Amino acid sequence: MLTFTFRRLLLAIPTLVLISLIIFLLLDLAPGDPLANQPLSIPPEVRQKMRDALGLDAPAYIRYLLWAKQFFWVEPLVFVDWVIGTNFSEGMQRIVSWQFRSPVFDIIIQRIPQTLWVVGLAYLVGVLIALPIGIISAYKQYSWFDQIGTFVSMIGFSVPPFFSGVLMIVFFAIMLPWFPSIYDTTLVVNDFESFGQQIRQMTLPVMVLALQTTAQLSRFMRASMLDNLNHDYVRTARAKGMTEKVVLLVHVLRNSMIPVVTVIALGVPSIFGGAIITEQIFKVNGLGQLLITAIYANDLPMVQTLAFIFAVLIVLCNLIADVLYGLLDPRIRYD
Amino acid sequence: MTDTPLEPVAKDTSARSQWWDVWDQFKTHKGALFGAAVFLFIVLAVTLGPLVWTIEPTFIDIRARNSGPSLAHPFGTDQLGRDIMARMMAGGQVSIAVGLTAMAISVLLGTLIGVVSGFFRRLDGVLMGLTDLFLALPLLPLLLVMVMLFRETLSRSFGPEMGTFILIVSAIGITSWMQTARIVRGEVLALKEREFVLAARSIGTPSRRMILRHILPNVLSPIMVSATLGIATAIITESALSFLGLGFPPDFPTWGRLLFDAIDYLQQYPERVFWPGLAISLTVLSVNYIGDGLRDALDPRIRGR
Repeated sequence: MLTFTFRRLLLAIPTLVLISLIIFLLLDLAPGDPLANQPLSIPPEVRQKMRDALGLDAPAYIRYLLWAKQFFWVEPLVFVDWVIGTNFSEGMQRIVSWQFRSPVFDIIIQRIPQTLWVVGLAYLVGVLIALPIGIISAYKQYSWFDQIGTFVSMIGFSVPPFFSGVLMIVFFAIMLPWFPSIYDTTLVVNDFESFGQQIRQMTLPVMVLALQTTAQLSRFMRASMLDNLNHDYVRTARAKGMTEKVVLLVHVLRNSMIPVVTVIALGVPSIFGGAIITEQIFKVNGLGQLLITAIYANDLPMVQTLAFIFAVLIVLCNLIADVLYGLLDPRIRYD
Repeated sequence: MTDTPLEPVAKDTSARSQWWDVWDQFKTHKGALFGAAVFLFIVLAVTLGPLVWTIEPTFIDIRARNSGPSLAHPFGTDQLGRDIMARMMAGGQVSIAVGLTAMAISVLLGTLIGVVSGFFRRLDGVLMGLTDLFLALPLLPLLLVMVMLFRETLSRSFGPEMGTFILIVSAIGITSWMQTARIVRGEVLALKEREFVLAARSIGTPSRRMILRHILPNVLSPIMVSATLGIATAIITESALSFLGLGFPPDFPTWGRLLFDAIDYLQQYPERVFWPGLAISLTVLSVNYIGDGLRDALDPRIRGR
């Protein structure tokens, strides 16, 4: 198992290098000029000096290597400095955003809490709702509960977040003014009242995102339970006189969770990347919204770094899912 | 004699192809039948509707702006007095065309890569590596970047509407073929071990004819299912791009664009968001149900039960 993990980790490195190269080459075709929003009164020779200072005229491979050095060497050093208070990274050039004129990672660190709070919580809520629904739907297959569950998850699949989000705003923010439609990031939670306000402003985006997660996961959970319910060991457990509760929640559930856990792990990257639209609707200034504004503003270092971080998350979660699968299911051995 | 007389074997002796069986099974799936009807209705309304409802979707009647539902404008008019029903039809044509074309591209690519990597062992490693690489890419961000980067260039050479259409369709196509490729590869790998393939090989069938005559017809069912579901994904992706403001130009309506434009008037006219959103959701829902029914109908283990 350990060798498998190491081998997969080693294999992930060329994949990630290739992905970063693909993202870089794609962005390299961008027609935009980062100096386009500088005043026209800057004389051409000064403008040229600015271009040289930003390294814009260097050949593509040098710019790529520079970015790679900054991403893989300078930024970790900055992180180490920040944690233990050394100054290894002094004088080193960090990845600087063209629109904010400050290091990309500082801005990302500012945005991560909002994304984690809203989207992460939504994922958690979705998982917690989906699992019981899946279990009951499978146990009472073709019952009215199952039919409704199927229908609701079909709707969750089909109604895109930009429509369900807007519908929620129309119903719960305009017609019934219960919840605010805009997420207020400046809210400081220091007493019960502001905590209540925080809960209220998180409700709508969490509901929209949780609906999507629930739709997918509950179907998966149901299918996995149904697969297991017909196995011989279930009949044996019943024949031994186990109560239905034990049969269902101990024997069947544990075996059905194996594929479901990996699916849950595979969905984690979408917490960061896939919530772009929901963040845009509710004006949550998280990572997804940061990416959108960076794309609009032609802020290439920011887009490159964010897209690469998303890719790292996807590759890592794939790896975790594979390892989990091997750990949970003794029938699967990679070595 | 206690033997019961044998039932007369199928009175209908006319040629009965596999597709009749598929249709018989499909008919028993209520949801799929209903979905097919709804989808057909939407397609007809969108294509034939403009022949009946002859108001131009771009016709501006500024004096009738922001009017509610009436006989002259059943869905009302927008902030420039354009008829929303006409715009919904025009938008639907684009959205469905994008969905069908993008699905065709992604299914073609996926089938090609899946069949080739399943059939030719030498290429398997490379192509599956490519598939895994594409699966690891953050797709929505990359789609946004692609649209942002190439919109200008393509608009200049093909005109703003056609250029955006080509761009969006191909961008969606080349970022959504991976699932099809994986499924098809798995099926091909299993088929390759079957006796009829061995028989065909032993009489010296060349690879090309082997793929076209023996392999492809047998992997048709998973391809059809993933094609159906591909339409739904493509429509949602196009609407998402339009919704983020990176789709078609503003005067060129699609359902996603109409929804995006209606958001500015969410407080005054919330019903305007409803129609395009409902159209997208209904289309996707019906297509998903069709896919569900098709999956059951094409599975010979379920069929005839």
